[in-house]
Amino acid sequence: MTTLPPPSPVKLGLVIDLDTCVGCQACVTACKAWNTGGTGAPLADLDPWGASPEGAFLNRVHTFERLPEDGGPPQIVHFPRSCLHCEDAPCVTVCPTGASWKRAADGIVLVDEDRCMGCGLCAWACPYGAREMDPVAGVMKKCTLCADRLDDPALEPADRIPACVRTCPTGARHFGDLGDPESPVSQLVAERGGRDLLPDLGTRPVNKYLPPRTRDRAPGAPALDPVATDARGFLGWLDRALSTLPRLG
Amino acid sequence: MHPAPSLILFSSLSGLGLGLLAWASLLRPEGGAALLAFGLGLALAAAGLGASVFHLRRPARARFAFSQWRSSWLSREAVLAPLALGTAALHGLLLALRGESPLALGLLAALLCALTVLSTAMIYATIRAVPRWHHWSVPAHFLALAAAGGALLAAPAPLAAALLIGAGVLVALHWHHGRTAFARAGQSAATATALEGRVRLFAPPHTGPNYVTREMAGQVGRARAGQLRLLALALGLLLPLALLWLSPPLAALSHLAGVLCARWLFFAEAEHVVSLYYGRP
Repeated sequence: MTTLPPPSPVKLGLVIDLDTCVGCQACVTACKAWNTGGTGAPLADLDPWGASPEGAFLNRVHTFERLPEDGGPPQIVHFPRSCLHCEDAPCVTVCPTGASWKRAADGIVLVDEDRCMGCGLCAWACPYGAREMDPVAGVMKKCTLCADRLDDPALEPADRIPACVRTCPTGARHFGDLGDPESPVSQLVAERGGRDLLPDLGTRPVNKYLPPRTRDRAPGAPALDPVATDARGFLGWLDRALSTLPRLG
Repeated sequence: MHPAPSLILFSSLSGLGLGLLAWASLLRPEGGAALLAFGLGLALAAAGLGASVFHLRRPARARFAFSQWRSSWLSREAVLAPLALGTAALHGLLLALRGESPLALGLLAALLCALTVLSTAMIYATIRAVPRWHHWSVPAHFLALAAAGGALLAAPAPLAAALLIGAGVLVALHWHHGRTAFARAGQSAATATALEGRVRLFAPPHTGPNYVTREMAGQVGRARAGQLRLLALALGLLLPLALLWLSPPLAALSHLAGVLCARWLFFAEAEHVVSLYYGRP
């Protein structure tokens, strides 16, 4: 059903720490590996060893440059982008076939690959570019929060979290219940001022992004300004001698 | 947005066909004239619907598209289109064979045709991620173009001329809104990343294209937008106005060419907010 279910008390999602992410792409690789071998159709590539490879990914890491308004030092911010599992997911309600749905129990937005006719309207409706058409299967692919890992008794308990979170070497990705204000992820969001992406578009994303801390300004005097005003000795003589010459430029 | 030929042909042909069916249903031609008007309308609309199937990667599953009419305008369109075509076909058949058909049936057919065009437009108008489309001018000019195109083939010339001018005004209003729609929506790389300060893309996540950049962050052919706007107005409005009293079919053909130009622009010029993640627009 592509009408949205009533809001669930459990809202599973990711919290991504932009202060800690180093842009190593490990989450991208782990996501691709898991979802290629997962339960649905594989996440296909076209021309993977050729001159112009391209394929479907559920997670992409962009790199942005940020110049603080207060003249602070510029920053490079690595920015992983994937499905935000929005509470008002526009990708779900536009779907004509019922393939796109939001799970009532925990709010995960999923695609029923056996019902998807590959029209692509859900990808248009998503402001975040979270959905990509599989170039071989012709069905829409998206982040499932690794729903097939979360309750798999065959996996070690530590592995029953999304592959991207499990693999992140810097601990920049956190997974949990954002519907419970007492959960570690909710407390992290409260403590660090977690934010929504494109909040004006009314999608109410569940995933939150923790802003990077502003870097310290470099200490010390500006380069090439005089640091001593009472020069003596040889350097004092040189300074006085140079000051008598005419200036060019 | 990628200007897919299947969608441009679909919305242009089905708009013209449904407009023709609506006017024929209201004006009730009889005998051979009914056969011609309803036959052409059904053929145009069916050709458009046929073209739309080429947009689907898994067309066999289109049967599921009738199920989600509660939430999805695309599903509503899928439900309404066969209802509109079926009702108009029955009405046309009665008019052609018996020379009469219930007034209510004609009104119902015209209403269903209008609702089908409206649902096509609402697919685009409800997408907030494309500010140029998220506006009343989209359903207004889709409906106006369908009404004008249909009137060229089925309605008295003065009525068709008035509708053409009305459609021209609404298309121009849509273009005017579109020029600044993205900027007025107020989204930027900063709101897209929730970062403060001046934010710009430093390195993209991939150097080749992907589905998102092809489908939504493309900038194909915007350089010739001005010339296409001129062509759309000349072929879609001015030439049909001149030809209307000489040869309505030629006027309708020219109008269709103009609508195809306008519809190409409708897609090619539409900027999706996801392009902010790729350093555009």
